[in-house]
Amino acid sequence: MDLFSAIDVSKHYANHKALDKVSINVPEGSIFGLLGPNGAGKTTLIRIINQIIAPDEGDLFFRGHKLEANDVAKIGYLPEERGLYKKMTVGEQSMYLAQLKGLSRHEAQQRLNYWFEKFEIKNWWNRKVEELSKGMQQKVQFLVTIIHEPTLLIFDEPFSGFDPINTNLLKEEILAQKDKGATIIFSTHNMASVEELCDHIALINRSRVILDGHVRDIKRAYKTNTYEISYNTYEGNLRDLLPETFEVLDQSRDIDHLHARIRIPMDGTPNDLLKSLLPHVTIYALHELIPNMNDIFINAVTGPNPQPVTLN
Amino acid sequence: MKKIFLIIQREYLTRVRKRSFIVMTILGPILMAAVVVVPVYLAKRTNETKTVAVIDETGIFFEKFKDSDNIKFHYLVSDIGTAKSNFRKSGDHALLYIPKTDVTLPANAILYSENSVNINVKSYIRNVMSKQIEELKLEAQLRALQTGNKTPISVDDILRSVKTNVDILTLKIGDDGKEEKSYTEVSMILGMFAGILIYFFIFMFGSQVMRGVIEEKTSRIVEVIISSVKPFQLMMGKIIGVGMVGLTQFLLWVVLTFGIVTVVTSTLAPKEIQKTATEQIMKQNKSYNPNTIMPEGLEKTSEAKDGAGEVMEALNSVNFPVMIGSFLFFFLFGYLMYAALFAGIGGAVDSEADTQQFMLPITMPLILAIVMAQFIIQDPEGPVAFWFSIIPLTSPVIMMIRIPFGVPYYQVILSMVLLILGFLATTWLASKIYRTGILMYGKKVNYKELWKWIRYKN
Repeated sequence: MDLFSAIDVSKHYANHKALDKVSINVPEGSIFGLLGPNGAGKTTLIRIINQIIAPDEGDLFFRGHKLEANDVAKIGYLPEERGLYKKMTVGEQSMYLAQLKGLSRHEAQQRLNYWFEKFEIKNWWNRKVEELSKGMQQKVQFLVTIIHEPTLLIFDEPFSGFDPINTNLLKEEILAQKDKGATIIFSTHNMASVEELCDHIALINRSRVILDGHVRDIKRAYKTNTYEISYNTYEGNLRDLLPETFEVLDQSRDIDHLHARIRIPMDGTPNDLLKSLLPHVTIYALHELIPNMNDIFINAVTGPNPQPVTLN
Repeated sequence: MKKIFLIIQREYLTRVRKRSFIVMTILGPILMAAVVVVPVYLAKRTNETKTVAVIDETGIFFEKFKDSDNIKFHYLVSDIGTAKSNFRKSGDHALLYIPKTDVTLPANAILYSENSVNINVKSYIRNVMSKQIEELKLEAQLRALQTGNKTPISVDDILRSVKTNVDILTLKIGDDGKEEKSYTEVSMILGMFAGILIYFFIFMFGSQVMRGVIEEKTSRIVEVIISSVKPFQLMMGKIIGVGMVGLTQFLLWVVLTFGIVTVVTSTLAPKEIQKTATEQIMKQNKSYNPNTIMPEGLEKTSEAKDGAGEVMEALNSVNFPVMIGSFLFFFLFGYLMYAALFAGIGGAVDSEADTQQFMLPITMPLILAIVMAQFIIQDPEGPVAFWFSIIPLTSPVIMMIRIPFGVPYYQVILSMVLLILGFLATTWLASKIYRTGILMYGKKVNYKELWKWIRYKN
């Protein structure tokens, strides 16, 4: 079941279209990656989900009903452009933001105590935000985003400004939120973290969704039937051993072995490759090259005549 | 509603706890007290000698007005009509006319002058007259006691029966010799003061709203907040919160200023007058009844009358409930109207340096109002005064200048209604600019762009 879905959402600004009939479905309990180059319309979509701006057309559904004003209390949002009041103390500020999300004073205090203890930042409570480092501020920011235990969490570039240790802490925390049942929309340019975290993605380019579905399915669709082999004892060109329909992408060598990347025709299997090679070379390894999200991203965005692909 | 209250609370508390707020709260009243006390003090020391012609039909004040360094009196024997027509040629500062009374002692006088009468001259005349009248009354009382025609009564009763308030009506003699009622200094000072205070408050707290919006924008917290509340709530919360800071500051200023002025005037300024007053009473006491011990109460009344009492008496002539009520109204709605505009500007720009081009049209009407104030105070009922006090952008300042002089109710109500409409209009306009502007970073905005934002739907 989808926790959140947008159907044919469009948003125009004076001289450009920020979103053009964008539809996404965010399954409950998933981590949903919202990808796309700069200026594609991701932030506009996220702001529409947060009801910061209203779409010109289209419908938004949240937990089965049309998205309404009260739903903001169930959504946690960590914007890309984020910050805190510099002159306010950490504690006071956290209390303020938590209460704005609808928590009572008492509740806010209790939960903040818990989280400050967990993040080991109790001694920051009375310090002004301007005295904290950027990473420390991000921690506070993250904490107030999840303090009201939202069912939908939206992170826009959450890892920018974190060192590797804190990035890990944050990742774990995001996964922990998922385990608790939260659904997460996650917008980033960092494809490694998409691969690591996301179950589903939607790729937006030039105001449209051009790729959308389960990460596993997308990868499968983008497979090119390419394999890498490591071999020895053959010094000639592998090209000469293979049928014409096989394509040798490159060959290289290191201290132990020779390597080659070979694309097999779509109806072929690795067995066909082995059949051709086994009589002539000693094979040490063979594995399929699965495209990573980075390649898929670049391919989908810059590829010739990109067509919308939907895999569900 | 709960959320907007949270916002108001934050805006209010973070500001009143600031050091600058506390410093301003203490310095403001000191400055204002200085504004009140220093001119009076300086005026007392001025070297220019003013002459006052006196026509005393009662004869009881003959030679009672003593020449001082600043004021010289000379008595005329002509009738008041001739004196008035000759007044312009005489070069006198003022003409004091004490009309004859039949039975009672005189309790009023008319002071004619070409321009406004120096407040010291007026207060001196009032002092001398009331003292003389009180003296005469006291004399009569004492004589009655000595001759045994009257049973002894308490000192309090005597004091009460002799206490006299002298009314001095100030009239202007115009170029054509016509009299027109002159506006008392108190009204002028009060009107000007209230007008300037409103101007100052709108500017100070309006730009605080603007800076607050810019701060939220540059610190990038604004998007976090508007994912919880509507941009309009955030804007209004800020405007109301800052407005309450303004009110708090104003009330503290009023209380502290009154405190300081009262303390200063009652300790420093009137010492001299107190001394002479006491001497005079001692003297007259001796001459009439050497055996009576001087009652303490008598000394005290004269002191109070000459010192702070003088100021208080003048202030008592003002309708304070109306004055304070309308001040609060025009301050609040004037502030609300302008603060919305300031918030709109804050939302549109990235830094304070970019505000210049948008500030001009907002500050123009305010500055115009202050520039016009000096003309309006000369002619508070003229058409210029009327229009400036009706049009919302200038009305908060100009109406406050006019109110101490007395303004017809329909004008005040019209002005108030238009001001409320002005407030609604600017808020509507500003909220449209604000909600688009706060999400725009690094964009140079011009009027064309703002117009586009205003026309966006939602």
